[in-house]
Amino acid sequence: MEVQNIHDIVIVGGGAAGLRAALAAAEKNPKLSIALISKVYPVRSHTVSAEGGMAGVMRDDDSLESHAFDTIKGSDFLADQDAVEFFVKEAPREITDLANLGCPFSREENGDVAVRAFGGMTTKRTVYAADKTGFYLLHSLFERSLKYENIVRYDEWFVTRLIVKSSRCIGLIALSQKDGRCVAFSAKAVILATGGAGKIFKFTTNGNIKTGDGMALAYKAGAALKDMEFVQFHPTGLVRTGILITEGARGEGGYLVNKTGERFLQRYLPSKMELGPRDMISRAIISEFEAGNGIETKDGLAVHLDLRHLGEKKIDERLPLVREISQEFAGLDPVKEPIPVRPVMHYFMGGVHTDINGATTIEGLFAAGEVACVTINGANRLGSNSLSECLVFGRVAGERAAMYAETARQTVPESAVMHDEERRLDDFLAQSGTERIALLRTEMQSAMDAYAGIIRSRDKLEKGIEKIGELRERFKNIGLDDHSHVFNTEFIGCLELESMLFVAMAVLESALRREESRGSHFRSDFEKRDDERFLKHQLVQCNGHDMIFKDAPVVITKWPPQARTY
Amino acid sequence: MPLPFRISVERYDPDTGKSYTQEYEIPAQEHFTVLDALNEIKDTQDGTLTHRFSCKMGICGSCGMMVNGKPVLSCTTQCAELPMPIAVAPMRNFPVIKDLVVDLDDGMRKLRTVMPYMNFVRNTSSEVRPQKQSPRERLKIDQTSQCIKCMLCYSACPVYSADKNFLGPAASALAYRYNEDSRDSSRGERLDRVIGTQDTVWSCSFVGECSRVCPKRVDPAKAVQRLKVMGALRMLTKPFSRKSHEKK
Repeated sequence: MEVQNIHDIVIVGGGAAGLRAALAAAEKNPKLSIALISKVYPVRSHTVSAEGGMAGVMRDDDSLESHAFDTIKGSDFLADQDAVEFFVKEAPREITDLANLGCPFSREENGDVAVRAFGGMTTKRTVYAADKTGFYLLHSLFERSLKYENIVRYDEWFVTRLIVKSSRCIGLIALSQKDGRCVAFSAKAVILATGGAGKIFKFTTNGNIKTGDGMALAYKAGAALKDMEFVQFHPTGLVRTGILITEGARGEGGYLVNKTGERFLQRYLPSKMELGPRDMISRAIISEFEAGNGIETKDGLAVHLDLRHLGEKKIDERLPLVREISQEFAGLDPVKEPIPVRPVMHYFMGGVHTDINGATTIEGLFAAGEVACVTINGANRLGSNSLSECLVFGRVAGERAAMYAETARQTVPESAVMHDEERRLDDFLAQSGTERIALLRTEMQSAMDAYAGIIRSRDKLEKGIEKIGELRERFKNIGLDDHSHVFNTEFIGCLELESMLFVAMAVLESALRREESRGSHFRSDFEKRDDERFLKHQLVQCNGHDMIFKDAPVVITKWPPQARTY
Repeated sequence: MPLPFRISVERYDPDTGKSYTQEYEIPAQEHFTVLDALNEIKDTQDGTLTHRFSCKMGICGSCGMMVNGKPVLSCTTQCAELPMPIAVAPMRNFPVIKDLVVDLDDGMRKLRTVMPYMNFVRNTSSEVRPQKQSPRERLKIDQTSQCIKCMLCYSACPVYSADKNFLGPAASALAYRYNEDSRDSSRGERLDRVIGTQDTVWSCSFVGECSRVCPKRVDPAKAVQRLKVMGALRMLTKPFSRKSHEKK
């Protein structure tokens, strides 16, 4: 293996955050050479599945203060308030730019960008493009990126490790899937934008590619991960498949009802009802199941998301994908029937620890989007803040990386590092043990669903840790059917599984240490929030084979923690 | 007991250069899509079987392939509705890399040639607002902006099959989408690219296969025809009033 590719900036991941970072860097300095590495064609990135919209203050009668407070209250006061203030100030700019570069947002009669209601937001501030906002956003950014000659794409390349020298990230090693070449990239700055790790769970809205690669890469390179215990469960996943039914369905007026036809949220969130935050609605649904109010379906317990009163015209105009998905994957028409849904793993609040500029704890390494944890989301993200986050912090990371690259040295990775990695990959590829990837993956996913789900306890988490530990041992005895270098998806699946097992362990260990209930993290053995002991972030770093934990303070600017009721 | 699903896969091994057909059998399962079936085979029987997929909800565009001769997204194609054995093959008209994985780079490159972006310059003033666009104006780009770039239309296109220089359905639809956008100001230049040479939109013979197979009902065939009209008009008017046309 040789160093074949030298760039000023290398971006890993071609979703919203990665593309936004690439555009920002390219605009900041047209002379920079920017590599965009993605394990899929960028338009396949999971941003494509985001549905409901993106939040930002766009109306004159709304305020940044209000968006900030909603976000902080939604985060159960674990968000860093300086980051949130910056975020809400920048979000409208990003929406404006995105609209003006072509994203076909839905419009009001007067030609303004339309806004809809979303959970935990006190007013309508979620802009949308029907219920395919992520799809339109991703494609708009991708199409825009085609304008820049200095953005060089490496489609279907898989990054296997970051190269750190003297505590500085100087590049990475990646595998070209098409021909199996393993190549070292030299970079002055690297940006991780690889998304979350939803596939560590079985019942998830996440696509197959959401395997926590960036989190594992950063962790193994020595960067800190943060707040890994906070995993969001979306209240309305379609039963059986877990396909997301957007919160926009409730934003447009949909009801959630139980077995008796009751809008049960009146007993949990009387002032917000269906527009409460996701963590609370998901727990309310589980409580209904436990109280015997769930609806029996072939595919397990559910509640009904009822859209019938919205009428066919509104559903087709605002929620066409919900109708399409319901017909295609559940064989029902939401115009005529309610949709059976239950809570589904959706999003990682935690991730690679960054500051407000997207900088990680390793010099020259930046992160943005779901892979990163700034954190504006704290213990629970509000719906429609994540697309805005990808754009705001994707841009910031791109600009900061560009500034950094202007003065940083280009360092050529040492050949020993490259040979080590090549050998590691070749050994992997040659493995012919007795364990199958698919089985280990399924066991991991089942364990995470059972032990790290919506209701957690010491007992469950310890069982989870034991199970993941066992799977990591068995992983050493993995055997591949496919030993070819060309487009070996089984091999890539093997590398992904290795990443997922790291992330799963980080989630469990972090969750075990947080002996309180806050936001999405609910412990049946510690049901109350405990600001005295746990109003803090948890950082986890790699120390040989051990995980070491450190605390970091929560930044509070204007809004002291208060009881979180709706 | 329902009869098992039989899946016959057209395979290609890049290491040996051999093409062959392999038949697999899996227990029938209600709601199983062709993609589910392929995943089941890969997970439990044959780890070498190679295909792409991600979202499993028909929006990411990864899992296109030929199923019983038709280009489809395998994640939205139900096994139970198909005659057995289900014949699965790689998307036509693209070079095969391995099994069901084809090289889509040519399609992706074509998208770039139509300048799919607007004349937008980022302005950091806080006064900037989104340009206005009425719902009616937006409706004009609604259909063509639904393209997920799955490239099934190229697989169905007889013209692209014969001539790889043909601009093709998705890229044409994308050009049309930006040219119809009420906010765009570079339509003249884009149109010149699209109608510039023999190989671009002109060679479309309007068979309409692209529109029939589009999983998102984008109707690229219509977009191509509209581009031809736009292009013809431009060629007529260009020498005399280029400027006024561009401002239109």
